[in-house]
Amino acid sequence: MIRFTTALLAATALAGAAHAKTIAVAPGPDAQERIQTALLDAKPGDVVALGAGRFELTDGLSLDVDNVTVKGAGPEATVLSFKGQKGAGEGLLITSDKVTVRDFGVEDTKGDGVKSKGADQISFINLRVEWTGGPKETNGAYGVYPVASTNVLVDRVVVRGASDAGIYVGQSRNIIVKRSRAEFNVAGIEIENSMNADVFDNVATRNTGGILVFDLPNLPQMGGHSTRLFRNKVVQNDTPNFAPKGNIVANVPMGTGVMIMANRNVHVFENDIDGNASSGVILVSYTQSFDDKSYNPLPRDVVVRNNRIGKNGFDPKFAGGGLIKMMLKSDIPPIVWDGVTSFPGTTEPVRVRLLDGPVLNLRLPGPGQVEKANPAVTATTVIPDPTPEMAEPKPVVLPKAQADLGA
Amino acid sequence: MKRLAAVLAAIACLGAAPDPQAVALDALLAEAPAPKLADYRLFRDEAGRTPNGGLTPYALNTPLFTDYAEKFRFLYLPPGTKAKYRADGVLDFPVGATLVKTFAYPADFRRPSENVRYLETRLLIRKRDGWVAQTYVWNAAQTEAVLKRAGARLDVSFVDSRGQTRHVDYAVPNQNQCKECHQLDKAVTPIGPKARNLNGDFAYETGRENQLAHWSRTGVLSGAPKPAAAPRTARWDDPAEPVEARARAYLDANCAHCHGPRAIASNSGLFLGVEEQRPPQLGVGKGPVAAGRGSGNLKVGIEPGRPDASILVYRMASNEPGVMMPELGRTLTHDEGLALVRDWIAGMKPQ
Repeated sequence: MIRFTTALLAATALAGAAHAKTIAVAPGPDAQERIQTALLDAKPGDVVALGAGRFELTDGLSLDVDNVTVKGAGPEATVLSFKGQKGAGEGLLITSDKVTVRDFGVEDTKGDGVKSKGADQISFINLRVEWTGGPKETNGAYGVYPVASTNVLVDRVVVRGASDAGIYVGQSRNIIVKRSRAEFNVAGIEIENSMNADVFDNVATRNTGGILVFDLPNLPQMGGHSTRLFRNKVVQNDTPNFAPKGNIVANVPMGTGVMIMANRNVHVFENDIDGNASSGVILVSYTQSFDDKSYNPLPRDVVVRNNRIGKNGFDPKFAGGGLIKMMLKSDIPPIVWDGVTSFPGTTEPVRVRLLDGPVLNLRLPGPGQVEKANPAVTATTVIPDPTPEMAEPKPVVLPKAQADLGA
Repeated sequence: MKRLAAVLAAIACLGAAPDPQAVALDALLAEAPAPKLADYRLFRDEAGRTPNGGLTPYALNTPLFTDYAEKFRFLYLPPGTKAKYRADGVLDFPVGATLVKTFAYPADFRRPSENVRYLETRLLIRKRDGWVAQTYVWNAAQTEAVLKRAGARLDVSFVDSRGQTRHVDYAVPNQNQCKECHQLDKAVTPIGPKARNLNGDFAYETGRENQLAHWSRTGVLSGAPKPAAAPRTARWDDPAEPVEARARAYLDANCAHCHGPRAIASNSGLFLGVEEQRPPQLGVGKGPVAAGRGSGNLKVGIEPGRPDASILVYRMASNEPGVMMPELGRTLTHDEGLALVRDWIAGMKPQ
């Protein structure tokens, strides 16, 4: 009976697949209308295959059909150029579930590169998103941009030149970002207001800051927690901050390796953190004023352990950094914590295990009160000591079909 | 259920005695969109200027700005059906209801009824399982409008009310873009025909009358209270109304379809509907989230008393993709709308 059912299910699956078709789109005139028509005509199970060559787009593209794959001939071979874009806030917008975008390049979008909003099981694979003029304030904000999405896979993606974050995952849940490369962005990889993220085997280099884990107030999803950053190379992030002011990343000091702001349960381990002029790892509170009683501005339950820490903090660009370096008569320690342990209205204890010291604890009485800093350097910082068990977040598990895409 | 029965009965009637002249309800309810606008018989003439029976013209107190285009709006209801009144949100429309909106430009806005060029006619059709958006683009001869699903750009010139020649690289939205604005919890929905935005006068052939009253009187709408007892959106361009009410009405009509908690820009946390009362959600003192260069190097959405320090104003003033807001539906700056929002912010008490 079981075998019969299995066979039947397999047959049904095959029958479903038999209806799936490939809609091929070649470069050439009217690329905008031809690609967009394919994205509208696609039915669940279909593949929209973009041929090798350059597609010159004039407007944003969008996909709103579930279970569609948009596939190119490779991130260098198939190029969607948005140099002539006249409208829309991004190059490609995905608003449906179980979508895979893979194997193409996206260049010079006026706003964001590839965005998904409210999508489940969204996979970005082997993409290149790039602003070809290099780092510029006028570049779009995000390269790969899943937001308010669940089950997010970013694998083998390259992003260059984003004026905010190259790979940005916001207000999402259950996230894997791996084997990707972010360079010459303001932030390389940013996980913001999100729950359960694994970020590993990536390279973040030549950005202003390498990898950021943030939580911001006044957003529909807050209370970001449970992120693991491991086996990443976070090296030589040395591009001057070119973010337009007002954006939170405009406050990231040049030469930041990893920055954790107002987030909970973040574990940083087995990364290679080297050549970041301001600091290797920074833990900091959200310092701007806010009107949101449900928001906790402090980083807490943060573990930093077993990283390979090279030379960092040799030319600190954060407020007071130069002064502290002079006081210490040495480089800034590889781990910097603002040391804020309480905030009016929050009761959650602040616990940290910062083992890859030395650690510079600024011991600020409140977020951003740098003028009241009372810096101390210790070999490690464990608060409270001894810390109760701070269990590592469980590995992120994606639905099997999606996980297989990134196998 | 009763309503569905009425529709089915209506279809059955059509089947029994097809009226070659009536609106083609079967075409409206068909799964596939008709290739030509004329297939629906919403208009009596090929140029789409004379509405068929069953169509009621309407206007909104405060509409969306679309590059100064004129808009001609109609509600079609299947025979024997009515819309049901709701105080909040869009009215409850029956299956088969169709919102018809033609975007047009007179050659010279100082003579608005002469040489009017139709660009596109958009339809929102209430199918059995929800709303569907389609648009039909008119040909140069103005004799035929054909389905356009993937969007288009149209070259438009007109002389504005001050006698200046203006050019528009007019954007016909693609079908997904229709939905980007027309959605609530990911389902397609109308935006305009809310009781509060319909609660104003319309110049009918029979004379001026409040639309809610007219719709009730002519059997288009059931359950509506007297207009004075219904909510009402201010007219954005009526200087007799308070600036705040006008500005909030303007933001509601131009921004809130995306900037709402159940809409596509929900992740911004910026909510610009008329019902929103929390200052940070309205942008007051609120930093940008994903604005990128759209921040214009400014720190907050609204800086009370200082329009030039407010991102809202910066993005409304811009015509650059990636910066300008709304992202869709305009290529020109709406000078008058911008001036209104500036006035409102300028009049707020600095914090």
